[in-house]
Amino acid sequence: MRNILAIAGKELRSYFSSPLAYFIIAFFAWPFGAFFYLYVTEFVRQGLQMAQYGGSMNVNQQVIRGILQNASVIILFVMPMITMRTYSEEKRTGTIELLLTSPVTDLEIIIGKFLGALGLYAAMLLVTALYVGILFVIGNPEWRPVIAGYIGLLLMGGAFISIGLLISSTTNNQIVAGVVTFALFLMLWIVGWFADSAGPTTGAVLRYLSLTTHLEDFSKGIIDTTHVIYYLSLITFGLFLTSKAVDSQRWRA
Amino acid sequence: MIEVQHLTKRYGKVTAVDDVSFRVERGEILGFLGPNGAGKTTTMRILTGYMPASEGRATVAGYDVFDQPIEAKRRTGYLPETPPLYPEMTVREYLDFVARIKGVPAAERKARVDAAMERTRIADVATRHCGKLSKGYRQRVGLAQAILHNPEVLILDEPTAGLDPKQIIETRGLIRGLAGDHTIVLSTHILPEVSQTCQRVVIINKGRVVAVDTPDNLTARLKGAETMYIQVEAPGADVAKTLAGVPGVTRITQADHRPESGAFEVESERGRDVRRDLAREVVMRGWGLLELRPMRMSLEEIFLQVTTEEPAEEVTRA
Repeated sequence: MRNILAIAGKELRSYFSSPLAYFIIAFFAWPFGAFFYLYVTEFVRQGLQMAQYGGSMNVNQQVIRGILQNASVIILFVMPMITMRTYSEEKRTGTIELLLTSPVTDLEIIIGKFLGALGLYAAMLLVTALYVGILFVIGNPEWRPVIAGYIGLLLMGGAFISIGLLISSTTNNQIVAGVVTFALFLMLWIVGWFADSAGPTTGAVLRYLSLTTHLEDFSKGIIDTTHVIYYLSLITFGLFLTSKAVDSQRWRA
Repeated sequence: MIEVQHLTKRYGKVTAVDDVSFRVERGEILGFLGPNGAGKTTTMRILTGYMPASEGRATVAGYDVFDQPIEAKRRTGYLPETPPLYPEMTVREYLDFVARIKGVPAAERKARVDAAMERTRIADVATRHCGKLSKGYRQRVGLAQAILHNPEVLILDEPTAGLDPKQIIETRGLIRGLAGDHTIVLSTHILPEVSQTCQRVVIINKGRVVAVDTPDNLTARLKGAETMYIQVEAPGADVAKTLAGVPGVTRITQADHRPESGAFEVESERGRDVRRDLAREVVMRGWGLLELRPMRMSLEEIFLQVTTEEPAEEVTRA
């Protein structure tokens, strides 16, 4: 555990001592802010209309749900930048030799790296909490669905990270790692779109595979164990494959 | 302290290390000598647990590097060919991180980091970023990293590569100072390094051990014939022919390109000192004896000799 924390701490420190972390957070915060603005202005416009007819609106449904769903798409674009260097950079510069010859297990290294990347991701989400905080100041949304939404984003991000870690562990070129990771994420996102046009069985499979469809319930405020299990199993599977990839390279190195 | 038995490493069809065996005793400095690509780094990587061997076994401080890797790694310090530094960390941050993953207890960490910096003389760059250090400092930070957890065994892959002459001398002094407390294996392709720092030498070529001995014994053992350098002032005379007639002399060759210099290399039967006879011959003829000294075979020559021996066998292996 101490080793895991040491490695996670080192990962976090290297993110934040280079411009990368700030760039990634800015790259995420900008479109998120744009979506937020669009949703809020639309909400206000509709709200004024509804007020004329005496109806009422729900901030949770009309704003928070929408921006969290959109956030998942931005995350899909940003995440490869977080994970692409995790292993590739260490392999390129040779620091992997330090880790692999230290009295730590492969799994400790992998989990440490996973937690480090998750830490940066959490910092990124923290920035979005500012926007949501504004809603709490000027309106009064329910907080439970918001928490559920963030739990969903965190789980989805974890799944992204474990896949990204796997890709990064297979190459010493971080550009290649980034591109392949992005392509894979894109595929896992788009696969859900074909679900409706495919047959019932294939459709169900495709819908299950899609990374982002599992987020829908979370953004509605529902924590469904099906989705929690989906994300957790994806994380475990990704980390497991990463450990196999690292081990097999050790034999072929 | 280190025991390597029949170690073999194959990459596909290429055999990088072929049936290598050697032992290193506690407190000893062993030099690992060989041309580039001889398998030095591969052997060291196996010893440090970076990669497994295809065959054979290796133990460090009594722990098998494959079966008990964590125990073995805890007792090993390793400086790879390129020091494994994180450019964005300061030297102190870096060493602190290494101390953590090497399992140095939190209470001792600061003292250990300070001691290692002191020993490798890098305290003045403690707050500099690793990425901004000169080659000499990088190497020393790498060395500090290796000795940080006070390991019983130190494995140093070309510790003086890329340093300037002054730094090389400093680093060698540092390594000699570490012996005794630590058992050291260092690799190099620079020969004087071995005779200056190591007690024993393993010469490796194309993955195979071709010689294991002390630098002195190697010199003695491989000196097939005694060779003397002689320079004579004898205008007009046929010195070579005369000297060839001295009893015990087996061969005589011109020592440089100018025949008029009168310089020759005289080889004699093994174990027979012909210096007195040579001198007497020269003086008796009334020539001037300018210089007469034994030519010890340098490590360079030994190295070339052992690494180019047995060409027939290499052809069959290739």
